[in-house]
Amino acid sequence: MSRAVTGPSDSGPAIQFDDVRIGFDEGDIFRGVSFRVQPRETKILLGETGTGKTLTLKLAAGLLPPTAGVVRVLGQEVSRMVEQDLLDFRRKIGFVFQEGALFDSMTVADNVAYRLREDGVDEEEIEPRVLEVLRFVELEDTLEELPSELSGGMRRRVSIARALINQPAIVLYDSPTAGLDPITSQTIITLILRLRDVYGVTALLATQRLQDGFALANFHFDPEAGRVVPNARNGNAAGAAKSPPTRFLVYRDGGIYFEGEPEELLNSKDPYLQRFLV
Amino acid sequence: MADTPFQAAGSEGKDKQSISVFELFTDSAKKSVAAVQDYAMLCGRSVANIFVGPHYLQDTLIQMDFIGAGSMPIILLAGFFIGAVMVLQTGSQFTRFGQSSLTGDVVAIALVRELGPAFTGLLVTGRCATGIASELGSMVVTEQVDAMRAMGTDPNRKLVVPRVLASLLMLPLLTAIMDFIGLLGGCVASVLSLRLSAIEFWRRAIDALDFADLMQGFSKPIVFGFILATIGCYKGLTVRGGTQGVGRATTQAAVLGSILIIVADAFLTKLALFLANKIF
Repeated sequence: MSRAVTGPSDSGPAIQFDDVRIGFDEGDIFRGVSFRVQPRETKILLGETGTGKTLTLKLAAGLLPPTAGVVRVLGQEVSRMVEQDLLDFRRKIGFVFQEGALFDSMTVADNVAYRLREDGVDEEEIEPRVLEVLRFVELEDTLEELPSELSGGMRRRVSIARALINQPAIVLYDSPTAGLDPITSQTIITLILRLRDVYGVTALLATQRLQDGFALANFHFDPEAGRVVPNARNGNAAGAAKSPPTRFLVYRDGGIYFEGEPEELLNSKDPYLQRFLV
Repeated sequence: MADTPFQAAGSEGKDKQSISVFELFTDSAKKSVAAVQDYAMLCGRSVANIFVGPHYLQDTLIQMDFIGAGSMPIILLAGFFIGAVMVLQTGSQFTRFGQSSLTGDVVAIALVRELGPAFTGLLVTGRCATGIASELGSMVVTEQVDAMRAMGTDPNRKLVVPRVLASLLMLPLLTAIMDFIGLLGGCVASVLSLRLSAIEFWRRAIDALDFADLMQGFSKPIVFGFILATIGCYKGLTVRGGTQGVGRATTQAAVLGSILIIVADAFLTKLALFLANKIF
């Protein structure tokens, strides 16, 4: 990961949803969702199962078209693009799926190198880049292993490595710590912090674990110390300036129920939000 | 919105009761039309993508190995015994009229025109359309297809086109092998059962065939190959409902593929006979 990521244009938000609506046979999921994610910001999507967290990520990646409304990512109107243009657009973003979604018939190295091979990159260049990202997720010893031979946490880390191989400006995380033990979850969160604080990646992160959101809001990765350290609120004055903003967005009943800073969520007396804090 | 889960369940029940039979029928008809439209679009895109890059040669070779070389044992085994059974059934009838030497003619024409392509199509559908549907279906439910799209790869080019190309190329070859092995089985049966000379059987079998028979026999498997690959891919890529859905898609691919091949066979036979009269 020696190269800097291609950041979104400074002129506007990295991700923008305007009055987005979408529904399926079971009924409407979104009835007018609007929000913005600024460059280098991390937006934590919270909500009960079926409220549309994963859907938000798929809409942002153009994997699903909205019924109405506008989805704009990196200045491009994703909601109006045809599939062929979307294929090119998606090369600029990274997507970490909930269960990893690794190609189970390919080795770890082939999974990570997949996008580079698709782009016709020379094999001599592919090997060091694959090693570089696998070293970033501390899995450089698993090159020739199949996904089925890895633990759940290792598969997520390979999935993160695969999403990073092209140095995307935006990474979309779908419940990256779901079903993992606390220590492995912490490893994944540390990786996300490193990506955000060292490479300035903009992120949308869907999760049901509030502690993941607060970890991203209250800590930052210090490249000099080589470890995660608390922000100013916890006594580190320099940390606040270094850490890009982290905001929460809570879905309920097809719309946004809450959007704001971690402190606002923490201090809220709203009974529904209190349920997340318990 | 209901205040409690119990109220929600109750109101949902009421909504379901209010759906009329007419609405159910129209919904079902709309879904069927949409499915045909989706299948037609998948077929159209696959054909277009055969001529437009990027092409995945490695994937195509793997599929050719799976569909072609992998199907050889069942084609050899089934072909030999189909030929033998043909001779036993027709030979006993010809023997009654003292024309057992005609067996070679009948077996050759039946195998090359009809039984070879049809049995090859049905056997390969049973083996490969199901394999394709379950493989792609599993990829869909584990989000591998979405991951592919998220990385900028067109699943039609990467997954469908190699399978369609491999089927188009392999089915005529498998049919040729099925025809030859069927005639070999017929020859063995005629020598052992009807006491015919093997040379006489082969001479009559080859003489009975003309160019129109070969054209008919080798154009059908191209269509059958296209049907089995596209049905397998379509059923696999439209899987809904997790692992149970994969099972359903696999069964549907086998049933729908087989039926479509039989229906297409009838139309192709009529078309081939018409063209044979007009051209050859």
